[in-house]
Amino acid sequence: MTAFRDPGTGELRQETMIINMGPQHPSTHGVLRLLLELDGETVIRCTPIVGYLHTGIEKNCEYRTWMQGITYVTRADYLSPFFNELGYCLGVERLLGIEAPERARLIRVAVCELNRIASHLVWLATGALELGAVSVMLYGFRERELILEIFEAITGLRMNHAYIRIGGVLMDLPEDGPSRIRELLRVLPRRIDEYETLLDDNPIWRERNEGVGVLTGEQALALGVTGPLLRASGIDADLRKDMPYGGYETFEFDVPVRTEGDAYARYLVRLAEMRESLRIVQQAIDRLEDTPGPIMVDDPKVGWPPRLSTGPDGIGNDPEYLRHIMEESMEALIHHFKMVTQGVQVPAGEVYSAVESPRGELGFFLVSDGGNRPYRVKIRDPSFVNLQALPAAVEGYLIADSIAANASFDPVMGGVDR
Amino acid sequence: MNVEDLARRVGDRVSDVLVARGEVTAIVDREDLLATLGWLRDERDLGLDFLSSVTATHRPDADPAFWVDYELRSIALRHRLRVKVGLRAGDEHVPTVTGLFPTADWHERETFDFFGVVFDGHPGLTRILLPDDWEGYPLRRDEPLGGVPTWYRGATMPPIDERGMA
Repeated sequence: MTAFRDPGTGELRQETMIINMGPQHPSTHGVLRLLLELDGETVIRCTPIVGYLHTGIEKNCEYRTWMQGITYVTRADYLSPFFNELGYCLGVERLLGIEAPERARLIRVAVCELNRIASHLVWLATGALELGAVSVMLYGFRERELILEIFEAITGLRMNHAYIRIGGVLMDLPEDGPSRIRELLRVLPRRIDEYETLLDDNPIWRERNEGVGVLTGEQALALGVTGPLLRASGIDADLRKDMPYGGYETFEFDVPVRTEGDAYARYLVRLAEMRESLRIVQQAIDRLEDTPGPIMVDDPKVGWPPRLSTGPDGIGNDPEYLRHIMEESMEALIHHFKMVTQGVQVPAGEVYSAVESPRGELGFFLVSDGGNRPYRVKIRDPSFVNLQALPAAVEGYLIADSIAANASFDPVMGGVDR
Repeated sequence: MNVEDLARRVGDRVSDVLVARGEVTAIVDREDLLATLGWLRDERDLGLDFLSSVTATHRPDADPAFWVDYELRSIALRHRLRVKVGLRAGDEHVPTVTGLFPTADWHERETFDFFGVVFDGHPGLTRILLPDDWEGYPLRRDEPLGGVPTWYRGATMPPIDERGMA
């Protein structure tokens, strides 16, 4: 605290300093701005200021078809695109009263859990970088690249896939898909061992994370915190177990919980979660082998008609399908045109569909007034709500700890600001 | 608790309870909102002590024009309940629930930011995602969308609802 003599009275007075961290700051995970009031090195007040990445996704969805909405919502939390698509599509499917076929559900679970690992890897890489562990950053992005390559092989895109569709998924796994995922499942556990060897008992890592950014279970619940943050504070809450969706009730996995509530506990929870996700992917891939069948509901009013296929130059329109609609069947062409331009008619009603994203409860409140466009799409993004608890985890600690605490929150500004 | 039991139990206090698509919705008056949410939170067999989300829907031609929507979740008992309050146009006021659920702070600011619903008693009801000097409430359905002026001979791209799409 800076002390000075009041020029008028000559009394000794103290003042605090206010600094802006962000919106352009390498450790704020994008464009988060923290208004920090400091007493020397100690943070006495922290005010997060958000909105710098607002793109109006919810409003945009109101003027697009239900099908087009997928390409918008997938861009909200850009590190977990499959979860955005899944939460949205499950909501629309509930409004329609349909369920995706078994094979599509298994593919969805597999890509989502791979996505969870990829997302946690970005958290690990960036969080470690901010505390000076550059090698962990390089390792994290190296492994994430392996996963993104598989995503590219499956969906044609590394991010923002729009792969999960209303009533199923866009296309089946490529022929070498399962074998590539199996190879990944063989490699990743050893790589996670490596991170643990590097970090678990690393004195600097522990010193910077233990006892830092503590949230008690009570605080976390009151502030609406979900996901690994909540589970690191001793609350066993995971929507995949508590309110299973999309077939998760048929998978065997554990929910890692720690009680310390500090940044180190969050690290342990997320690493354990990555191993659990590997278990789930393994089960999904095994079951996919014995589950042939459609990947889209058998309903011409819902199922997306275009077929895609993989050629030497990547993913594109299936030549067989193109020949069918262009040369063989006028009805198929009309149907294709109607579905692509007008999309699905969704009965009036409202639903709240929530999935467990890598950051917590990702909810979609969807309102339909009967028609081919949403009346309202509300995204309850876990990063947005979790960030509200940041002051509780930063105030009273040193300013350097705010970096570690913020990293352990893993906010993704695309999701916060939408 | 399954959906029917939950609806029946909530019906002890709230007269208007709907069940649709496996979800339970309780519709309450603005005057009863705080008492009802407090009751739902504190009754042990309901245990709805976690507020997931607050948002609103706007129907400019209907009465009430605004529906404020609270998504409650019981982590221990594994069920959900939606509570809705209708607000008439020109009187978009509802008491804040931050006293019951501190997490409502940012949710209510977001709803105010997008819909102009005023949460009376909120500790700091300011815009959160839009700039402080933004005019209007963009998620209201009657908010003009605006076009996009282009650099080509003064041409304008019309707003999306006037392009004859979808």
